[in-house]
Amino acid sequence: MLKEIEKGTQTFFCPIRIMEVCGTHTMTVHRYGLKNLLENAGVNMISGPGCPVCITPNEIHEAAIELITENKDFILATFGDMTRVPTRKGSLQRVAPAKGSMLKIVYSPQEALEIAASNPAKNVVFFGVGFETTIPAIALTVKKALENGLANLSLLSALWLIPPPLKAIVETKETAIDGFLYPGHVSAIIGEKPYRFIAEEYRIPGAICGFEPSDILLGILSIIEQLKEGKADVANEYTRVVRPDGNPKALAVMDEVLEAKDAHWRGLGLIPCSGLRLKKKYAAFDAETKFKLKIKEGSGDLPGCRCGEVLRGLISPPQCPLFGQKCNPDFPYGPCMVSFEGSCLVHYKYGRR
Amino acid sequence: MCLGVPAKVIELDESGQGKVDYLGTKVRTNFSLLEDIKVGDWVIVHAGFAISRLDEKEAEETFSLLKEMVSAQEGENSQEK
Repeated sequence: MLKEIEKGTQTFFCPIRIMEVCGTHTMTVHRYGLKNLLENAGVNMISGPGCPVCITPNEIHEAAIELITENKDFILATFGDMTRVPTRKGSLQRVAPAKGSMLKIVYSPQEALEIAASNPAKNVVFFGVGFETTIPAIALTVKKALENGLANLSLLSALWLIPPPLKAIVETKETAIDGFLYPGHVSAIIGEKPYRFIAEEYRIPGAICGFEPSDILLGILSIIEQLKEGKADVANEYTRVVRPDGNPKALAVMDEVLEAKDAHWRGLGLIPCSGLRLKKKYAAFDAETKFKLKIKEGSGDLPGCRCGEVLRGLISPPQCPLFGQKCNPDFPYGPCMVSFEGSCLVHYKYGRR
Repeated sequence: MCLGVPAKVIELDESGQGKVDYLGTKVRTNFSLLEDIKVGDWVIVHAGFAISRLDEKEAEETFSLLKEMVSAQEGENSQEK
């Protein structure tokens, strides 16, 4: 397949630049050594903004920290990666919670329901982070909380939509991109249609693909074919999981519980309609309003941290002076070194050092 | 974060709760985001929820496409020799 790719790229004068949008794809690309093999075959892979832990701005992490350090009898439940993100107030894992408060790491959002039910005297906040892959599960959890009358449960939303930042990346023109590898599991929920505008308005080819090394190569081959034919399409190379319309039941739950809002992304700034908040019917479960959280937008990264530029594809992780030095997996200084799909951690684990 | 694993449905009740078998480990899974799911189906599991059904026919097609590409390449290689 690599030979096929190499044959394809010989038609073009310059290496082809393909953005893998999804952090899990970044992981596959590096873990199996595809990054270098593809470079030799004339394809440069650029990591996209697809790590939700990384793009959640500091101010939201800090609001979560304030919740359990400044309030008694709070339980903050969240996914493991979120607890290690360093901020100016420390990280969730390193701060000391106030009396009666605690941090709980969960695997499934559903666990938050159980925690809330068995701790009726405490406020349980689910710090929910994720893209469309995770959002339906979180939306369903909030819906169940209302149905079961769990008034002590609320959601601190760090929920992000994938198509809006792609539009932002294309429009800023900071990074030249010849093709997009679209995320497989986000697409399992949203289907093919939400990417159409990239093919139709911006004439950039793309392919949805799965997470095995051969899936990635199939996606890249499809993009090269489109480039050669002067076409721009949204190809689906992950048909075993992704249906053209996505998962209608999951989309319906999302739509019932959540609505789009303009949101700040780390590195990318304010992107219209790229975040989600609870709809009116579920407003009582919104931790931000319930506890009058002060989420001051754009309150900034730690000094010297260049995760923002990494997320925009402007620099590759080893170009950051902190990489591997002050910032490493044991003591991450920026979020991209925390998450398993953060570009910096992926480079640290599998890259040339 | 968008990591999802293929797993087989082994238990399922009316409320949409059940279990999958993932490489021999039984994992509690919520199936309410999918329609018409039954024991024996393959699904993609993410954060305790089944988010999509794995289509056996489509998987086979992708697999045979890959096999075709490999054998085409092998054909070319032997011609080069």
